[in-house]
Amino acid sequence: MLAKRIIPCLDVTCGRVVKGTNFVNLVDAGDPVEAAVEYNNQSADEIVFLDITATSDNRTTMVDVITKTAERVFIPLTVGGGIRSIDDMRIMLNSGADKISLNSAAVKEPNLIKQGADKYGSQCIVLAIDAKRDEKNPGNWTVYTHGGRKSTGKDVLKWAVEGVKKGAGEILLTSMDKDGTKDGYDIELTKKISENVQVPVIASGGAGNLGHLFDVLDRGKADAVLAASIFHFGMYTVPEAKKYLTSKGIITRLS
Amino acid sequence: MFGLIDYGMGNLSSVYKALKAVGAKDVRIISSRREIDETYAVILPGVGNFGDGMENLNSKELTYPLQKAIDFGKPFLGICLGMQLLMEESEEAPGFHGLGIFKGKATKFSPDLNLKVPHVGWNSVHFKERHPCIDGINNDDFFYFVHSYYIEPLNQEIVLGITDYGFDFCSCIGFNNVFATQFHPEKSQDAGLKLLKNFVNIVQQ
Repeated sequence: MLAKRIIPCLDVTCGRVVKGTNFVNLVDAGDPVEAAVEYNNQSADEIVFLDITATSDNRTTMVDVITKTAERVFIPLTVGGGIRSIDDMRIMLNSGADKISLNSAAVKEPNLIKQGADKYGSQCIVLAIDAKRDEKNPGNWTVYTHGGRKSTGKDVLKWAVEGVKKGAGEILLTSMDKDGTKDGYDIELTKKISENVQVPVIASGGAGNLGHLFDVLDRGKADAVLAASIFHFGMYTVPEAKKYLTSKGIITRLS
Repeated sequence: MFGLIDYGMGNLSSVYKALKAVGAKDVRIISSRREIDETYAVILPGVGNFGDGMENLNSKELTYPLQKAIDFGKPFLGICLGMQLLMEESEEAPGFHGLGIFKGKATKFSPDLNLKVPHVGWNSVHFKERHPCIDGINNDDFFYFVHSYYIEPLNQEIVLGITDYGFDFCSCIGFNNVFATQFHPEKSQDAGLKLLKNFVNIVQQ
């Protein structure tokens, strides 16, 4: 049976790991390559590197991080943040990334998804969506970009469906309302998207304890969970999370 | 020399790095008939469309040399699309002939089963028989998959491993000098590296 995945996310700037709380307060949390190796040792199922400043200088540093990680870590590696062209994708894939996460650039130029999928295959293209609840329209969410600062006016479900049609192989869905709160994932949002797209949905934003992981995988119908701070600061290890989920009847890859 | 076939179907760097990590002494990325002749073992990785894969093999004139290398008993490792291309055909690209090493075809996961397609993530492989390439690997260990098609070989004797995704499909084959996996050993951490190491050791012995 297919296992639910646990994916630690490493936010990187200037070659160092940081974790944003609501994308504002940054705390230094170490060397990204060493952190990735540690998560590999803990049997994480994948690792996501997110370049949160995404300047061209930073991109060069990121290529170096990916290259070094790919020599030591043999699980899927995703890289996102500031990838704006086929050329950017090629550089990241050649340095050892397996998947590219597209966010703002795809909103601006949706055909980038198609170009990437046509050239490198859908399995390479993850569409990252930052979603904020629409207060005036309950049960609906709006797509935000630029780290949650800019509303696009696009409906999240419509964008997810369009992204999949253009070739996205997975959706990385972040709740901007929940991100940094530690009071759980947005179950309603995750369930709505997961039930209406045919590709896997990775839930992100709001993990504060292991029960939250269970809730979004179970009731939220997520295929995978992304988490940062609950793992980064040693609150839980990945094996502890897997053991807990397994005890609740969720299939995970234990080793 | 291990020859990793470059036919424009996806990134070879992770397979290359994994082979080096498990001790393969001489791995080369190759794309010509002459180079295939010089190898001790052939590795055919690849992701993407079956039709594009065959078209690229055909235009690089690699189809016949690959068939010949396999027929002559050269150790062969196929990964993902590299496994599917061993079949006669695929639902993904009607009208295209595969390498045709085995009878049967690649079939798309049916939408009727209400499964997410592609099948992405870690799934367990139940090995039905022993094989030198899976020595030391626990039965039902998890491997990393990402694919929308699976193979249906007519000869069930070549099926080495099966995986449950709503139903049991063939996820690993082994027959004479040919070993192939639908999953990605180069992305399957310890279990995947062990499998690659077994293959490398068999060739280097």
